[in-house]
Amino acid sequence: MTSTIAPPIVPQPVESPKMPDAPQRATLFGTLQSSLRSLIVPALAIFTAILIGSVLILLAGLDPIKAYGGLLQGAFGSDTGITRSLLKMAPLILAGLSVAFAFKGGLFNIGAQGQLVMGSLLSAWVGFGVSGLPAVIHIPLAILAGFVGGALWGMIPGLLKAYTGAHEVISTIMLNYVAALLLEWAVSPWRASAPPGPLAACSTSGSCASGQTPLILSSATLPTLYTPANGNGDVLHLGVFLAILVAILVSVLIYRTTFGFELRMVGLNPGAARYSGISVARMTVITMVIAGGLAGLAGAIQVLGVTHRFETNQNLSVGFDSIAVSLLAANNPIAIIGSAFLFGAMYAGGTQMQTASHVPNDLIQVIQALILMFVAADQIIRALYRIKAPGAELKVKLSSGWGQR
Amino acid sequence: MADFSIDPSAIAAVVNASIRNALPITLGALSGIVSERSGVVNIGIEGMMLAGAFAAFSANVVLSVNGVSPVLQAQPIRLLLATFAALIVGGLMATLHAVLSIRFKVDQIISGTVINIFATGLTGYLYVSGASTLGGLPPMIVNPLNADSGLLFNIANVVLNKDILTYITLILVPLVGFALFRTTWGLRTRSVGENPRAADTLGINVYRLQYTNLWISGMLAGLAGATLTLAGVAFERNMSNGRGFIALAVMIFGMWRPSRAFVGALLFGFATALQGQLQFLGGEKIIPHQFIGMLPYILTLVVLAGFVGRARPPAHVGQAYEVE
Repeated sequence: MTSTIAPPIVPQPVESPKMPDAPQRATLFGTLQSSLRSLIVPALAIFTAILIGSVLILLAGLDPIKAYGGLLQGAFGSDTGITRSLLKMAPLILAGLSVAFAFKGGLFNIGAQGQLVMGSLLSAWVGFGVSGLPAVIHIPLAILAGFVGGALWGMIPGLLKAYTGAHEVISTIMLNYVAALLLEWAVSPWRASAPPGPLAACSTSGSCASGQTPLILSSATLPTLYTPANGNGDVLHLGVFLAILVAILVSVLIYRTTFGFELRMVGLNPGAARYSGISVARMTVITMVIAGGLAGLAGAIQVLGVTHRFETNQNLSVGFDSIAVSLLAANNPIAIIGSAFLFGAMYAGGTQMQTASHVPNDLIQVIQALILMFVAADQIIRALYRIKAPGAELKVKLSSGWGQR
Repeated sequence: MADFSIDPSAIAAVVNASIRNALPITLGALSGIVSERSGVVNIGIEGMMLAGAFAAFSANVVLSVNGVSPVLQAQPIRLLLATFAALIVGGLMATLHAVLSIRFKVDQIISGTVINIFATGLTGYLYVSGASTLGGLPPMIVNPLNADSGLLFNIANVVLNKDILTYITLILVPLVGFALFRTTWGLRTRSVGENPRAADTLGINVYRLQYTNLWISGMLAGLAGATLTLAGVAFERNMSNGRGFIALAVMIFGMWRPSRAFVGALLFGFATALQGQLQFLGGEKIIPHQFIGMLPYILTLVVLAGFVGRARPPAHVGQAYEVE
């Protein structure tokens, strides 16, 4: 009797590791399904924004088909186009990560622009100022400098928020302007009334190029991976893959580490986080330091891979586009790769669109603002296309008053 | 070395530049006060200002075209219409903010950022460089004195020689203050900002009041934009240049009161005015002009850091209200 009962009992421990298999497969399918479902709203937001964009083009008496055709042709029509799309994507990934990371911690970083610009300057400085190093050391050092530059600039609003309650939205924007002026000064040419900036590109005879640093040394230049036929100097550099790698790392940091858990806890409910023993002030500063560093990295790969020097007029809009990139991806680091590629492609194709249809390049910004609006107010999209709202989800609140958390 | 002796005409110039620079910031702060007192954070003032500046400029350009009836082109009417355009566009932008944050309950900070990015993109797309106008606002009362009158001339230069928008702004400061603290609308606004549930219980329509206040807030921001283009005539991309955010800092500095905010705005106007004056005095040998240019922004940071802790915002600001 016991022998008849025993067999079903004995195999059980052997089978039991298989037991969770079935539900796991179901959840895998479930997550796939739900992640597909979560793509519906952003996709419709993009579609609707493009539709409204066509109306704007028609109002200007131009041809939207020609415009969007030119856009697609410019972004994907050749290996040069794809290379340019990827080149524009890379800094957007990193700056988008900066916004997303801060957002997860309950902070709205509008200062990616200033942090990026500080990162590029410091990175360029190490790139041209430190000589005699092999590339294996010089490149990481210059990239690190970019991170540090951005991190220091991000630390200021972090400290202000943590210890005085100054809202990060205003302080980061003010620091954007301060950074812009600081850089303008650092690379300003010699004038009758004032000496040149400390980092301006000046020859030994004393004449300075306007608004730029000297070229970085070849030992600091990011290696080229692919050179398109008619690229006009645009080459695919290592930084593009570095950006994707960082996105994966940030995803792991946010979702798979204790630090990430604490970060999200502070973001969702600072009060509860404080009761569980987390120092909200400390987390606020660390969040802004890392967010700033990520934006600084965006500047670094731009300098080390594309422009090879710091110029005052570069990266004018990356900082602000990063907000749309991050929100479109619902602040998910992996999804940011996709939304950054979309925005990068729009910029890469913009010039072609302008030549093909005379639609001004600025239309792209309008479309991006519309996408941002529809993603932020997904109820509009849900109402328009009759999509059911998702269940209750935890949301980070940004606008709860002006003071300390 | 620069000559630092006191010259009345230089002082008059600094005072005038301070007032001139303080105008958009004052109006922006009033815009912030009207909206925040009713419980809605308005980070989109910057964008509304830019849109208003563009609308005023565009209206001025359209009315300046050859062939438009001379009645409309005549000085006060053309610029009044242009100002009107700024008010309407500012109000519409604010209504978008209201719909997003009140109707759809989008986080008010994000909704305001949408407004800012939208305004930058749209004005950049629609702007055609090189458009010309028949000119901006003339001074309302021209200084009748000449330079020989000495001190009196300089005083008259400060008091007179201003365009009408300057005087309107100066009148709006006490007017908004009066409305906020001495009228039914003001009482309702403040009660909704402090405790919308209680206000709702007493029969105040919270949403309608917030929509109304945002419309007013948008018009004030639009007017701030009008002061940027009508007196200066030309429009530039992104010409609001952070003034909307400075205005918010001034609002906090002023503890959500119009008169105190005006004092703060004058302080910022003065910091901006210094830039031109120091350059004029040859101060650049000592301090690069970029550093003087940073003054208003750094001042904003100092004000934010120093005053946020002590200033008490309306209790319910930033939180969407849900009618039961």
